[in-house]
Amino acid sequence: MILNSSLNSIAYSSTLPPDWPGGFWWHWLLFTVIIIVFALTLVMGFIWIERRGMGRMQARLGPNQAGPFGLLQPVADALKILLKEDIIPAKADRIVHWLAPVVAFAPALMIFAVVPFGDGAMLADLDIGILYVVAIASISAIGIFMAGWGSSNKYSMLGAMRGIASVVSYEIPVVLAIAGVVLVAGSMSLNQIVLAQDIPFILLQPLGFLLFFIGGCAEINRSPFDLMEADSELTAGFHTEYSGMKFAMFYLMEYAEAVAISAIIATLFLGGWRGPLLPPWLWFVLKVIFVFFIMVWTRTTLPRVRIDQLMALAWKFLFPLALINLIVTAIQILVWPDALPWILVPINLAIMALLILLWSKLFKLGWGRVEV
Amino acid sequence: MTVALSGKEIATKIEERFPGSVVKSSPDSLVVKSEFLLDVATFLKTTPDLDFDYLTAITAIDYYDRFEVVYQLTSIKHNHSLMVKTHCYGRDNLSLPSVVGLWRGADFQEREIYDLMGISFDGHPNMKRIVLWEGFEGHPLRKDYGT
Amino acid sequence: MRDTRYARIMVLKTEPFILNIGPVHPSTHGVFRMRTTLDGEVVVDVEPVFGYLHRGIEKLAEERTYTGVIPLTDRLDYVASMSNNLAYCLAVEKLAGISVPERAEYLRVILAELQRIASHLIAVGAFLNDCGAFFTPFLYMFREREKIVDLFEMVSGQRLLYNYMRIGGFNQDVPDEFLPALDKLLAQMPRFIEEYERLLKENEILLARAKGVGILPKEVAINISASGPVLRASGVKWDIRKKDPYSIYDRFDFDIPTGEVGDCYDRYRVRVEEMRQSLRIINQARRQLPAGEVKSEVPHLVRPPAGEAYAHIEAPKGELGFHLVSDNSIAPYRCHIRAPSLLNLTALRDMAIGWKVADLIIIFGSIDIVMGEIDR
Repeated sequence: MILNSSLNSIAYSSTLPPDWPGGFWWHWLLFTVIIIVFALTLVMGFIWIERRGMGRMQARLGPNQAGPFGLLQPVADALKILLKEDIIPAKADRIVHWLAPVVAFAPALMIFAVVPFGDGAMLADLDIGILYVVAIASISAIGIFMAGWGSSNKYSMLGAMRGIASVVSYEIPVVLAIAGVVLVAGSMSLNQIVLAQDIPFILLQPLGFLLFFIGGCAEINRSPFDLMEADSELTAGFHTEYSGMKFAMFYLMEYAEAVAISAIIATLFLGGWRGPLLPPWLWFVLKVIFVFFIMVWTRTTLPRVRIDQLMALAWKFLFPLALINLIVTAIQILVWPDALPWILVPINLAIMALLILLWSKLFKLGWGRVEV
Repeated sequence: MTVALSGKEIATKIEERFPGSVVKSSPDSLVVKSEFLLDVATFLKTTPDLDFDYLTAITAIDYYDRFEVVYQLTSIKHNHSLMVKTHCYGRDNLSLPSVVGLWRGADFQEREIYDLMGISFDGHPNMKRIVLWEGFEGHPLRKDYGT
Repeated sequence: MRDTRYARIMVLKTEPFILNIGPVHPSTHGVFRMRTTLDGEVVVDVEPVFGYLHRGIEKLAEERTYTGVIPLTDRLDYVASMSNNLAYCLAVEKLAGISVPERAEYLRVILAELQRIASHLIAVGAFLNDCGAFFTPFLYMFREREKIVDLFEMVSGQRLLYNYMRIGGFNQDVPDEFLPALDKLLAQMPRFIEEYERLLKENEILLARAKGVGILPKEVAINISASGPVLRASGVKWDIRKKDPYSIYDRFDFDIPTGEVGDCYDRYRVRVEEMRQSLRIINQARRQLPAGEVKSEVPHLVRPPAGEAYAHIEAPKGELGFHLVSDNSIAPYRCHIRAPSLLNLTALRDMAIGWKVADLIIIFGSIDIVMGEIDR
């Protein structure tokens, strides 16, 4: 209830005049803290969901000892990890090594500033909200590269290189998929995008949703694109040399990013906080959990792709489809602005099915072997 | 059923080709002189009706006065097998010709024999210890090791 | 011999660097090191380095009685100890001319084939895990392996190092509850193998990762003395159970699954198929299982006549052979172990060069090695 009322207060705050945050610095501070705490709680909950869900899918129990249903396991883990020794490799670039987890972790939290938890219930209703998300989300890659570079470890370096390669490549289809949504919604503010979704954009933009989901998974390195950690290849990838709280930061970052991407997907494609009966924030959280659950599901199901296949998928499959999707959407908006959504839905679904079928026939993975 | 070829029969064939190469032969094995080993091995591998294309195993046995190196050969084509042995006299600076050029499966096994028995194989591309570390003293599988 | 298609890739050549994969690494299946030279992500050279688990089993065997060596053989391929026991006992029996009662022969076949299934389950699970399927297939396979291990616990009291077979048979018959439990397992197993196969058999990503990767041509496979599923995946129909039947394998009807091209996918498929064939053998052996003694008259201290014998079996990983030399004492004069994992490992360099690091891992996983056997 406290959460609910504070969220309502956020909603109140955002109705203030443009000189936000309303002239009250403490106001801004309070809600920033609330958002961060909320996001972190959500992250802990999601760690629990992932571990229990994965346990269920893998024919085992998952953590079930700490607290009811093992709910306190993330807390126990956090306590354990706080007490662990912080080891810095002798040849590490100490400043970069120290800074990397912060640089990687902070942006993942910053995304939540523009995510609406209810009608206007957001820390900052930026007009360019989605652009802000895209810009901020990419910063994490720098942190990851710093970690890889600063550790002076070859596994870390390989992991970081893979991370950069995947983020740079997948940014393009992701942004193009977002552009489709922005065209339909006619605004870049996340709140406006939610308000525009009389029917969820997953129906109007099915291809965009798939592209965003795949690209998003690749950008935050969720399986099957978890190449930069790739435990069976690179032990732990970019955070091989991290321990204690710094490792915890990377661990939290992964989940915070996963939650953030789930939240963005829920906002852009699943109607955000909109839904009948239940309070908006609950609808929102449920949708986020739903999206996250699919990510957990793919993680337990699919093997990992190889780095060249990852690149091929981005440039040969997602990128052209994203371009076509954008063009089709633009044409629909220009030529037929007053079309009823219920007519566009089957058309777009058909276009999606056709394009994916066609492209999977055309799509050829590169030859994996190189003569040396 | 893999037919174990008679060592005596094969020995006569080898004697025809390389006189004086076979030391002795018995129904289940034959012993060749170490200087003829590579020739005999090539002969066994390339002769059409023998076709020993598969080197099952190499073993070395320490009999104090000599080392006996045993080559278990199999032909996947004809499904028959043969045990070829060679002797290596002395205790120090032993060497035998390597058969890696014929059967690359000998690679690790010859290194292992070098490591544990101390017989080095000439012509092996990477003759160094395999399970023990560089600088280890002695060859543990020898009967006189540690006594 | 450089293919012109890759000329543009090679322009981007970077300075090669050396990466030690192992000795402690999640997918080296034990304490194993691959000294890898990488050009970016591309593997330029691999040198396997091992010996971290060397216990000198061959030397230890020279100081034990013939029966006393059996526990040592457990520690070779420790995920398939039953097969090791079998190979060793066959070698001693061959050396000493001991015969084995019918019932013991059948039980040996049943246990050895169960062990093959258990070992292949680990092999397939670990391979899929190396491909990046996050532990799911691995744990599913382990669930089934658990049932087999339960059966082994029933007969031997152990769950990993069974030490059950004896020279001339077994030291005790299987308990009464073993056969009903075996029947139950046999009834369930085919369904589970189907299920596991369906998990990932036609998965796009697995096909992209494993098909055509790490090809081991037929001639090379024979030349490097590969054996077991690695050899058969390359299209060589060579199974010692068929080609040189030991024990009573000539009485059973089963096929030798082979691959076509010898890539990682074929090795995976061959293993899954072999599990089915093993089930066929177990079913037949179960139906024909006679009653009677399980151990022939063997003196407490076996003292074989002076001589030597080589006995080999088709262990889950390949041809496992024991070369025993006797000097008519109570301990083997020399006990050489032909370890399939060691020889199959020779193929690693050939298969991995030119592929990416990720491929190196799955190629290595598809060989299915156990360090206990390599280092000995």
